[in-house]
Amino acid sequence: MDLATLSTLNAERAARRATILVTDVASGAQRLVKAAEIPGDPLAEALDRQLRMAKSGMVESEGRQLFLTVQAPPPRVIVTGAVHISQAMAPMAKLLDLDLVIIDPRTAFATPERFPEVRLVTDWPDVALAALGLDAYTAFVALTHDPKIDDPGLEAALRSECFYIGALGSRKTHGRRIERLEAAGFDAAATARIHAPIGLDIGAVSPAEIALAILGEIVSTLRGPRRAPA
Amino acid sequence: MISTDTDILATAEAWARAGRSVALATVIETWGSAPRPVGSHLVIDGEGNFQGSVSGGCVEGAVVEEAVEVIGDGAARTLEFGVADETAWKVGLSCGGRIRVYVEKVN
Repeated sequence: MDLATLSTLNAERAARRATILVTDVASGAQRLVKAAEIPGDPLAEALDRQLRMAKSGMVESEGRQLFLTVQAPPPRVIVTGAVHISQAMAPMAKLLDLDLVIIDPRTAFATPERFPEVRLVTDWPDVALAALGLDAYTAFVALTHDPKIDDPGLEAALRSECFYIGALGSRKTHGRRIERLEAAGFDAAATARIHAPIGLDIGAVSPAEIALAILGEIVSTLRGPRRAPA
Repeated sequence: MISTDTDILATAEAWARAGRSVALATVIETWGSAPRPVGSHLVIDGEGNFQGSVSGGCVEGAVVEEAVEVIGDGAARTLEFGVADETAWKVGLSCGGRIRVYVEKVN
């Protein structure tokens, strides 16, 4: 491998951008494919599949054995609301290898006692999200029920390329939320990115079940077939 | 889900930038109960120092030996290990699995 190739691979990884190194095992020939270049690549289908699984692996193309070294950034879930549902999400996210960050400026909610070993941020969401950064491997979940806290987070998420956006609340609550977001300048295509009612429809009742439904929806969005670009 | 194998790639780059001759070994295929998943890396320098793991310890010695040769002649090669291998007594996988390892020089 060229040192330049290795260096690019490491730099892309550090910048939380997906990259795949294609190695012809017989000849040693190598090339790098960045995530944005996948649709136009001759191996698009295989590259997309391996990237969605975040798994390196061997593929065959035109009689050649190609090894795909897949570098997918670790997926993150950023939640506004240090609430009961996010308490239940914390251990589940850990089992799923999802990096969880919880934002809540209400310091009575966001306490290490309620959230052991969870990264808590007590800034307001617009400040916190600007510092954390929202990218294509980030899911954003609004759980506070309080527009003062959830809306700035949703606005930042809608302006980003994060792969999942979900907001807790009834259809009626969500209807009012859409009105506010439209007043803030977001069109219907933008607000349609928000999963609401949030979570897979599993009839969830308890906070833990709602957490399961939300994380299930996030995993399905992360691993499922790529949606057409908006 | 995401392993620390990326740290190995960072180590490979750091070693190469420090002027050490470096080879990278990657598990490219596994069959049966292989101890380390596809994509696992081992980085080796010209003196046989290494970091990472391609088999949890079973065949690292043999991979390091080959890697030093790859550093010498610059030619990448694919190694295969498993109980069915004739070298099983020396470097077989005790778990009964089989792995293929690609070894290349970092230039």
